[in-house]
Amino acid sequence: MLCQDCNKNEATIHLTQIVNNEKVVLNLCKICAEKRGFHSPFEQMPFPLAEIVSGMIGPVKPKTDDNLTGKKVDLKCPNCGLTFTEFGQIGRLGCAECYQAFRVELTNLLRRIHGSAEHRGQVAETATEEYKTLREEKRLRDELKQAIEAENFEMAAELRDRIKELSLEAKKEVN
Amino acid sequence: MFDDFVKEPTSWMTGKEPQSEIVLSSRIRFARNLREFKFPPSADTDTRDKIIEFVKAVFETAGILKNGNFYLSTDINSLDQNFLVERHLISPEFMKNGTGRGLYISHSKRLSIMINEEDHIRLQVISGGLSMNECWELAEELDNKLSRKMEYAYDDTFGHLTSCPTNVGTGLRASILIHLPGLVLTRDIDNVINRISKVGLVVRGFYGEGTDVLGNLFQISNQTTLGRSEEEIIDSLAKVTQQIIEYEINSHETLMKDASDQIEDKVWRSYGILQNARVLSSGEVMNLLSALRLGLSLKLIDKVTLGEINELLIVTQPAHLQKHYNREMDSTERDMVRADLVREYLASKQ
Repeated sequence: MLCQDCNKNEATIHLTQIVNNEKVVLNLCKICAEKRGFHSPFEQMPFPLAEIVSGMIGPVKPKTDDNLTGKKVDLKCPNCGLTFTEFGQIGRLGCAECYQAFRVELTNLLRRIHGSAEHRGQVAETATEEYKTLREEKRLRDELKQAIEAENFEMAAELRDRIKELSLEAKKEVN
Repeated sequence: MFDDFVKEPTSWMTGKEPQSEIVLSSRIRFARNLREFKFPPSADTDTRDKIIEFVKAVFETAGILKNGNFYLSTDINSLDQNFLVERHLISPEFMKNGTGRGLYISHSKRLSIMINEEDHIRLQVISGGLSMNECWELAEELDNKLSRKMEYAYDDTFGHLTSCPTNVGTGLRASILIHLPGLVLTRDIDNVINRISKVGLVVRGFYGEGTDVLGNLFQISNQTTLGRSEEEIIDSLAKVTQQIIEYEINSHETLMKDASDQIEDKVWRSYGILQNARVLSSGEVMNLLSALRLGLSLKLIDKVTLGEINELLIVTQPAHLQKHYNREMDSTERDMVRADLVREYLASKQ
């Protein structure tokens, strides 16, 4: 079997990886494997996922119609100048603003990669206050649900009070 | 440079950590970016230098700097860089286009922070055995410290924003390095890999010639970083790992019932080769040490300890060998020197 990268040397390294339940097999010669960053299991292996991303972006057509000229115009990040087509080729975004510029397209892409486009982890210090409150409320509601399911009514009452307090505070801030 | 690392190869992999017969190491990595700068792959040299300066200043005020050393990538020669890759402290990616990158390594050598790799900040904590929580606590503490002193690129919906969309959200990659000779020998490994991949984890084995996995070592990590909380990601990895450990132990029972003579022979034969060989490639050493490790688990051999196997696994890597002998060598010479080192090491432990 020839190496799938150079098509010249015999493939001696066979890497199998499961991505979203699909088997991805790489058959490489030693030289090309090293080029891709595979040395030995003791070296930190890169995530070939990143390379698969640019493949995933492929079918998403990021063109917007410009009604005036009738020409198709590529989306472009106003901050760093990266176009969506360029992103499709390199699989890397240019800056934080890109996420705003390509929001709709990226939401679709993130769903395909992660099965979700909504962060459920810790809220960073840099998040807006409003959002922090919202997330806290959601967290308390989840706990409340669990407490009720576990028939821990004392805890449930306490949680209900805290949710009430939180929404009062939020209202005060708005006013 | 890094001479103290050479002298102390296994400070956190002594073989006494939880589950360390089967799990070699646990690792947590965070990807973080600063809002005001372009991501490293698009940033020019000036910007990259500014980022390094800025981050270094934050480390200083956050009290991180005093607990370790700070380097610029241009100060580290290629042998030392390879050495750090072998030690898991930097990624191979970090070495490419070597300029405009910074690196912090803590005195404990378990924490490293790469600046301007693919993201502005790649914070990593590594620990011996199955010790996910220990890694997580330290990583989270540092992340919190940093987040108070710099404005992260963060979006209310998407979470932490990263250069590559595969890291968005938590920016968290949790992984373990696990040794599964029993499941490989009983050919149950494919089944296990299949099951793992259904719960959002990725398994990677390293295949050499043919289909044998070098050293029977596998890396398991979370596949996705978005849509689950950090605790959920870590919990699921820890639980699945626990289950795989049970499968591996079950396979040991099967092996001892069906093929104990052959296994015992394989273990002692491996020990004999390591004791006497004059030429050893790194792949061969990994496979032989794998057999010894299995022999220890099965109580078939008591000539070596787990800590010693870990140490040999680390010091026989190419850059480690060259650092040890303090000179550059091609692979032919390395294979001979490697055999000498292993032979002398085992003789000294008799």
